Amino acid sequence: MKNLKNISLVLIAIVFTACNNDDNTPPPVTNEEELITTVKVTLSNGGTQIVLQSKDLDGDGPGAPVFTTSGNILANTNYTGTVEFLNESVNPADNITAEIEEEDEDHQIFYQLAAGLGSLTYTDSDANNKPVGLAFTYQTNAASTGNLVITLRHLPNKSAAGVSTGDITNAGGSTDAQVTLPITIQ
Amino acid sequence: MRNLLSYVFLLVTSFVSAQISISGKVTDEFNRPIENIHIHIQNKTTSTDALGNYTVSMSSGGKYTIEFSHISYQSEVRKIVLSEALILNIQLKSKVNQIEEVAIQSKNTNATNSQKENVISKSTIERYSSQNLGDVLKEISGVSALKTGNSIVKPIINGLHSNRVVTLNQGIRIEDQQWGVEHAPNIDVNSIQKIKVIKGASALQYGGDAIGGVVLLEPNLIKTDTLIGKTMLALHSNGRGGSAATSLFRAKEKGLNWNFNATLKYFGDRETKNYVLSNSGNREQNFSTGLSYQLAKHNFSTYYSLYNSQVGILKASHIGNTNDLYNAIVNFQPAVIEDFTYNLAHPKQEATHHFLKFQDHISLSDASSLDLVYSFQWNNRKEFDVRRNSQNTGAALDLNLKTHIFKVDFQTQKGKLELKNGMNLFLQNNEANPFTGVRPLIPTFFKNEIGFYSVSSYELKESLVLELGGRIDFSTIEASKYYLKSRWNERNYDEAFSAFIQSEVGNQYFTKPKFNYINFAGNVGFKKTFHHDYIWYFNMNFASRNPNVSELFSDGLHHSNGQIELGDLRIQQEKSFKVASTLTKSWQKYGFEIQPYVNVINDFIYLRPTGFETTIRGAFPVWAFQQTNAVLSGVDIAFNAYFLEKWTYNLGTAYVNGWDVSNKKHLIDVPPLKIVNGLKWNPKRWGNFKAELKNEWVFTQKQFPNFNYQADIIQNNQLVSVEVPISQPPKGYNLWHLYSEMQFETSKKTNLVIAFSIDNLTNEAYRDYLNRQRFFVDEMGRNFQIQLKFNY
Repeated sequence: MKNLKNISLVLIAIVFTACNNDDNTPPPVTNEEELITTVKVTLSNGGTQIVLQSKDLDGDGPGAPVFTTSGNILANTNYTGTVEFLNESVNPADNITAEIEEEDEDHQIFYQLAAGLGSLTYTDSDANNKPVGLAFTYQTNAASTGNLVITLRHLPNKSAAGVSTGDITNAGGSTDAQVTLPITIQ
Repeated sequence: MRNLLSYVFLLVTSFVSAQISISGKVTDEFNRPIENIHIHIQNKTTSTDALGNYTVSMSSGGKYTIEFSHISYQSEVRKIVLSEALILNIQLKSKVNQIEEVAIQSKNTNATNSQKENVISKSTIERYSSQNLGDVLKEISGVSALKTGNSIVKPIINGLHSNRVVTLNQGIRIEDQQWGVEHAPNIDVNSIQKIKVIKGASALQYGGDAIGGVVLLEPNLIKTDTLIGKTMLALHSNGRGGSAATSLFRAKEKGLNWNFNATLKYFGDRETKNYVLSNSGNREQNFSTGLSYQLAKHNFSTYYSLYNSQVGILKASHIGNTNDLYNAIVNFQPAVIEDFTYNLAHPKQEATHHFLKFQDHISLSDASSLDLVYSFQWNNRKEFDVRRNSQNTGAALDLNLKTHIFKVDFQTQKGKLELKNGMNLFLQNNEANPFTGVRPLIPTFFKNEIGFYSVSSYELKESLVLELGGRIDFSTIEASKYYLKSRWNERNYDEAFSAFIQSEVGNQYFTKPKFNYINFAGNVGFKKTFHHDYIWYFNMNFASRNPNVSELFSDGLHHSNGQIELGDLRIQQEKSFKVASTLTKSWQKYGFEIQPYVNVINDFIYLRPTGFETTIRGAFPVWAFQQTNAVLSGVDIAFNAYFLEKWTYNLGTAYVNGWDVSNKKHLIDVPPLKIVNGLKWNPKRWGNFKAELKNEWVFTQKQFPNFNYQADIIQNNQLVSVEVPISQPPKGYNLWHLYSEMQFETSKKTNLVIAFSIDNLTNEAYRDYLNRQRFFVDEMGRNFQIQLKFNY
């Protein structure tokens, strides 16, 4: 019995110390390939370029996306627009836009403009002649403010009613990015 | 069984004046006398002397049942007609002849003497040859299934699941990432001969943390000098697939025994009443083999099994954000419905489980034995997600879990006292592959444990057995994990845990959280036998469970339910105090079982919504692991009656109430009231034809916490604020199932059983509260099954 007690004490010591491994070299950091950190919209009317961007460097972490804009949008103007998706958590940054272009049949970007902010029209298309949404034109209205919601859908049903004109209601698929950009039209 | 055992039965008449005596000699299979064999006839007991001799005297003649039992031998029961003095010599078979003797140890073959064990027999398990352990366990009232689709099924015992339910294969804990609600036990049902369920933590030799219960899986037991084979083939209409399983057993009284078992399963997409469940197919390839060698004092055995499964996850359940979840719930129609296919696309899971065991069972004396066991398990789990780049087909999660378990169990019987002592050492290492391109849900960690237990039972009177047990476990866990600095700060970890930080890498901390735990468990109870076959079990037990890796370290977005789940390093052990009682009566005409219980759990660990976080995918509700005080109380009832010689009626029902005492709310995911009625007809002819009609009535769960939340989603092309209705359980349902079988003798020693069954006879479209995919799709529709079972 005494032996058993001694043995057990030794075993307990082993258990509590066994994983005291002194190797403090950190293991490789996971390269977050699936992450999108940045959605960047560039509007151009031939003259100045306006860049609106939403960036969230901690991915699924608690930090909220940060919105920045390079200037205000002019009233009653026709802008040519593009959107870029980036993963800036890795170095060098990952350009996801290229991946979307490569598999454009499986992706679509949707734009929801608050009432009074004008209208958006797709200007690009995939091999099936369905819009992708990486390029568009934006016709602004009179001065006002509101939100633009940009949604990147993976594997949407591009043939569903309204989807090719930019209505997300019947699109299905899963959301890879959804950002809300505050818009001010002067 | 009994006719396979060799024994000597001698009748000698002699004259006895007042009393009639029964006497004889009890020997083992080597014809050596056995001392201390317990003999029980009516209310008299005696035991054999050193030469194996015994004598009992009865005051009058008549019909009696006499039982011979011993801790190390298989019990023998004889029915005798006593008119004059009788000599009854008995040869008992040593229990070690069973290639694996799990829980079949004490004379009443129970793992606990103060709690009723619910048993599922081989013939019932065979009916589920192409399904999962979780499906079989639903046969017991009080056990429900927590499902993710059709092929991932976890048992819920008295309202508790995952790490609160411990599953043991041949006395060894299955270690296969059970923290995950979407992870089913990695076990092939066809390798199991018998299942026992102990509701609660009273079986202390198997661990002190089974707050929900213990599931004991017993392997194929080998009989004396036989070669038995079995091949089963099952075909299912729903899923357009089936399974094939074959097994062979070779047993000998002495020397080498072996067995072998293999299973293949192959299913395509399942279908509901109205649509195909796209990507719901699954596959399984399993193999197991055992060897044992019997010497006079030793029984050496070894066992190896391989479980391999690939399970498709419903395409429609892959969602990106709250908007998608809201659409799925409100549309009530899956977003993806494709044509039937056998292909498994992403998302899917792949699991491989290796299980290796060595055991030496040593008979120290007639009354005591020692078991030395070593086992090694290697579990690899890969989860494949839908990736943005379809060229990238690698796993998103890749975990390698390796577990070593050493066990020493000693048991002895001294007169009316039975004692079980033991210890186990547990060494575990989990490696989370960092190269998957997705932050691992669960970190790399080491977990070591050592535990000691002692359980004694004392037969106070012929009809009353007392049981007392205690257990202590020491454990330690050390993880290697990267935390985003923003998460570390948001969780306020810096105050208490800054010592865990090893280094900084970019916007992350590399940490090594380490925790030590000491857990106590105790158990006290009794079993009282009354006249007319009534048995009353009463048990009180205390147990505690360490937080699991998910409760400590979870940190990220869960794609299938659109929520961010956060563990907490501050989480402490949860402590359960359970009082359970069972009243049973098993009689020729009818039997019943009533099991009421109350389980008070302090610091109950659970997930609750705590707020919102906005990411580039949109806003997500945050669910954090927290602790509260909870009470689970309920009652399980089973009843059966035999009538008109050909009919059997079965009733099983279970009710459980889960209450969060601190927050005055119901607990989430508590099984609703369920009533199962079954009627069997066995005319005892036409090849022992049997038919069974079963009705499964599941009520609407009205006791649930309201965790609905407001979210901004796009509706009619505008951003609007809506309530996301995640809390409301689906409506109750009523299903009918039919089963029938016939047996054909194909030769003297072989027979063929053909079974035909229909599940969900009326092709009901329904949803189940305990299915994680209830937000997206209906349950499976009607299924026809044909099963051929060839015994040889």
